[in-house]
Amino acid sequence: MTRVLELDGITKRFGSVTANEDVSLHLDRGEILALLGENGAGKTTLMSILFGHYTADAGNVRIEGQLLPPGRPRAAIAAGIGMVHQHFALAPNLSVLDNVMTGTEPLWRLRSDRRAGRAKLLALSEKFGLKVDPDAMVSELSVGECQRLEILKALYNDARILILDEPTAVLTTQEAEGLFNTLRDMAAKGLSLVFISHKLHEVMSASHRVTVLRRGRVVAERRTADTSKEELAELMVGRKVERPSRTDTARGRVLLEGRDLKVGGKGGASLKGASFKVRAGETLGIIGVSGNGQTTLAGLVSGLYPPDSGALLVAGEAPRRHDVPGAIAAGIGRIPEDRNTEGAVAEMTTWENAVLERIWSPEFSSRGVVKRAAARAATEAIIRDYDVRGATVDGRIRLLSGGNMQKLILGRVLTADPSILVAAQPSRGLDEGAIAGVHARLLEARGRGAAVLLISEDLDEVIALSDRIQAIAGGKLSPAIPADRADARLLGLMMAGDWSAARAIAGEGEGEKHHAL
Amino acid sequence: MRFERRDQPSAVLTLLAPVGAILAALVVAGGLIAIAGANVFEAYGLILKGAFGSRLGISETLTRATPLLLTGLAAAVAFRARLWNIGAEGQLYMGALAVAAVAMVPGIASLPGALSIPLCLAAGAAAGMALLLVPLGLRLRFGVDEVVTSLLLNFVAVLFVSMMIEGPMRDPLAFGWPQSVPVPDSALLPKLLERSRLHAGLLIALAAAVVVWWLQSRTVFGMRSRAAGLNPRAASFAGVPLGRTLIAVACLSGGMAGLAGAVEVMGVKGYVSTDLSPSYGYSGIVIAMLANLNPIGVIGAALFSAVMFVGADSMSRALGIPSYIADVTVALSLLTMLVAIFLTQYRIRR
Amino acid sequence: MSAFFDILLTIGMWEAVLRIATPLIFGTLGVLLCERVGVLNLGIEGIMSFGAMAGWLAVYSGGDLWAGMLAAALAGLMFGLLHALMTVPLGLSQHVTGLGITLFASSLSYYIFRLAVPTSSSPPTVEPFRPLPVPWLSDIPYLGPTLFNQTAPTYLALVLVGMLAWLLYRTPLGLALRMTGENPHAADAQGIDPVRLRIGTIMVGSALMAMGGAFLTLAAFNSFFPTMVQGRGWICVALVVFASWRPGRALLGALLFAFFDAYQLRLQTVVDGVPYQLFLMLPYLLSILALIVMARRARVPHALMQPYRRGER
Repeated sequence: MTRVLELDGITKRFGSVTANEDVSLHLDRGEILALLGENGAGKTTLMSILFGHYTADAGNVRIEGQLLPPGRPRAAIAAGIGMVHQHFALAPNLSVLDNVMTGTEPLWRLRSDRRAGRAKLLALSEKFGLKVDPDAMVSELSVGECQRLEILKALYNDARILILDEPTAVLTTQEAEGLFNTLRDMAAKGLSLVFISHKLHEVMSASHRVTVLRRGRVVAERRTADTSKEELAELMVGRKVERPSRTDTARGRVLLEGRDLKVGGKGGASLKGASFKVRAGETLGIIGVSGNGQTTLAGLVSGLYPPDSGALLVAGEAPRRHDVPGAIAAGIGRIPEDRNTEGAVAEMTTWENAVLERIWSPEFSSRGVVKRAAARAATEAIIRDYDVRGATVDGRIRLLSGGNMQKLILGRVLTADPSILVAAQPSRGLDEGAIAGVHARLLEARGRGAAVLLISEDLDEVIALSDRIQAIAGGKLSPAIPADRADARLLGLMMAGDWSAARAIAGEGEGEKHHAL
Repeated sequence: MRFERRDQPSAVLTLLAPVGAILAALVVAGGLIAIAGANVFEAYGLILKGAFGSRLGISETLTRATPLLLTGLAAAVAFRARLWNIGAEGQLYMGALAVAAVAMVPGIASLPGALSIPLCLAAGAAAGMALLLVPLGLRLRFGVDEVVTSLLLNFVAVLFVSMMIEGPMRDPLAFGWPQSVPVPDSALLPKLLERSRLHAGLLIALAAAVVVWWLQSRTVFGMRSRAAGLNPRAASFAGVPLGRTLIAVACLSGGMAGLAGAVEVMGVKGYVSTDLSPSYGYSGIVIAMLANLNPIGVIGAALFSAVMFVGADSMSRALGIPSYIADVTVALSLLTMLVAIFLTQYRIRR
Repeated sequence: MSAFFDILLTIGMWEAVLRIATPLIFGTLGVLLCERVGVLNLGIEGIMSFGAMAGWLAVYSGGDLWAGMLAAALAGLMFGLLHALMTVPLGLSQHVTGLGITLFASSLSYYIFRLAVPTSSSPPTVEPFRPLPVPWLSDIPYLGPTLFNQTAPTYLALVLVGMLAWLLYRTPLGLALRMTGENPHAADAQGIDPVRLRIGTIMVGSALMAMGGAFLTLAAFNSFFPTMVQGRGWICVALVVFASWRPGRALLGALLFAFFDAYQLRLQTVVDGVPYQLFLMLPYLLSILALIVMARRARVPHALMQPYRRGER
């Protein structure tokens, strides 16, 4: 086997944070290497160094034996490295061909040869079975098509080494399987691939070899055939972390009910008819690939806007006002989908962030004047009770890590003892330890008799926490199935919009027949 | 070379930033004075002497600082909420015109000052608010960026003032000069100092700074307007009514600018003309930035600008250096302040 | 009533349209370039003023007219560099930086002007660009004298529109520019350095703005005086929105705008009893109207006003 890529002793620091320390790894021709690690383990930094977006403090990169000059993306592209970013690096207002051709010709040429570009793109698309329309606007493409386009962009640059950063983050189970088939095919045709992931089942099914990163260091390297999910999990996390599991609770009356809810374009995908019920002491999981309307559903229940049609009932009654104070006053606790852009104002202090959503309540203000002492005392209590590390009452919240930010948000929501809890993607981007903590809090709220609406993309999370599960696809909710009947395959089908099996299972249930249809 | 965000903005640097920015601006402006063939130290000495060297100088500087303090507050309040009000100049003129309009109402002249003065001030503030609500309304309703609209409205406002004082509000006794009928004596602000132009408007402006500071740091409105400016998405998730908050901010900001015009008419001029403001509205932007948008800091920044303008006038007469050097210095200090604020937040690494 | 139409039939009216449009075309193209790479340049008002002064000064002190245009362009490059350094690598607020540049550049132009001409009598004039009739074409009745009897900078402005359109839509560099304004991360991923590209483009765009200013002193007014730009820069910013960031439509917008301006100037002499200030307000009100009409329809460059730092999203 020929060695196509070699990283030797890469070290990278950002101020006091060491992102990579003495990392070495290699890749052979035709091989698929999985780079496994938790969020923040340094995987993306490492690949950014390889691609020239960052310069390493120490160490070097060799491609087919040649030293790669550091810090120059152009050199990396010329050496045959192609990168497929986790957040697509595409311009939505430009065409597919424009996106592919950018930067591929000498800049000062007086006329761009689009005919040749189109021919090359179509030939590649043919060769690897990646269908695209060169003239389509990127904004019109589905997520899966965008990913195909990203791969084609790399191939168009004659990439021989392909790096994919968390490639399945936005795909359905079925789409992900399709992607891995393509990758295997590409490897068979002589390309070499690195894919970055924190999902064990993907790593096990798609790679030849695994390198595990933890806290910026390589902690292990295994041939995939010689290892197991369990071993990799422990290597990745560094210890055994048990996620808490659900125990039976007494279910009460229906606290939150949606009846054929419809909401049109609020900056996200629209909701085209969602019906659901959540009882006290019960968790309803909503599973779905992002962009299918779950953001809109979360916003609706959070009180950001009213439904266009249909009814949202809280404890059997339609709320008088559809706004945030109304939702909070009705006992709805809200965990936002995006901690950093929705959950907190980064440049404000911890105490301001902790009380902002309840600043109108007599607890924190009177006649328009903020009760600073009360607000700060309440924040102090949250920091203590929820173990928010690194937070001070008067410090800027920007400094908190993702996990601690989420603890603060959980704290501010749960101290109000909500009867309904909406948790949108509550563990997205967190590491295992933090996830376990979040899950424990959600189960605790359920145990106290809250109705929990869990909206998530993570199959394991939804199966572990929910009593019942509905999938969201194209703005509609599937029938609900009991969590103990759910598995990855069935949920994958439901997320893709195939509800025949789900319907059959829901039909078996007693009492709740057809409630979601 | 790379820039790396500091975990916590350095407190020392934050306090030093305006000082450093002003010094840097003075150094560059000093180069321009030297090019003109004058002794830089002599020129700066004369500026200080002009501004502080005499009773007249001090009273003139404080008189000059009064409208600047108010337009500085107008910009600071708006920018805090990321409302880009660049229209303070126009709002100032509308505020001034409103005072003149109230003064024309029959019977106002016979009211006691305790009534007519607050009435005129309120009219000025209301006119300023009204003018700013136009671009804000266009932003909220149509999504039009308020920067360009508020800028363009400055020209419209001044033309409108010109139209009124050459038309229905013209003073027939002004020998053909286009100026409004004068404000009656009962609506004039009392003088603070005999034989000077310094008037009670300064106290109004100082009180306004304190009130704005209190509103911003102690009230629900202040917290919401800051949140709305820093992160509208998070603010609206937390239930901050964005539209209403911005309207309140616009009222405060436009009101301050309108007040600046009212105070200038009622304290200094006594009537409205189209040379009422030597760009007080635009200088307010610089002052707000120099103060790092802090209402109390605006007091110091306004004073600095007033010193430059008043001092440069007398320096110019003595040395023949164009008095535009004051505008250059003040504008430069805005640019240097931006860089200085950046340095308080970032570290430079190689 | 017919007086309203008679104006439209005069050659002077149509000849004036192109003349009034010329500085706006330069300025609008300059703003368009900057915004196409994602940077708002509110320095335009001051840069135009400085360009007007620099052009005038170069000619006043003995240079020829093109030396004046060149002086203005060089000054524009320098102010563009200042704006670019502050907004691109430092990522400072584009709004505030631009306003700062405007205040700085305009006050500096007044300062230098006063150094050159200390006494405040009537400002000294220069010998301006003369109309340059295009052979043959200028003989066409009506069309000839209006379209083909303009000054050289006007022809240059028209040629620039075509060149810029070609650059943006037909060349690899243009694609790189558009990509940088749509998604700098994507440009970076394809090996294009968005920081350098932005800096260079802002400099060129600012040079165009300054040339628009120089047209005012070297072809329109023949002299420099403070506040002569009179909001033309702001109007250009509005015109770019109206033009949906496309060069062809920018030309159209500038012409339309100039048409109304030329028309209102002539209308003032015809209509009695309406204060002239109302006519003078029209350009500004029209710009606001244009913004309202286009605000939701225009396709804004995706990354406009978003500073780019590697690794930050």
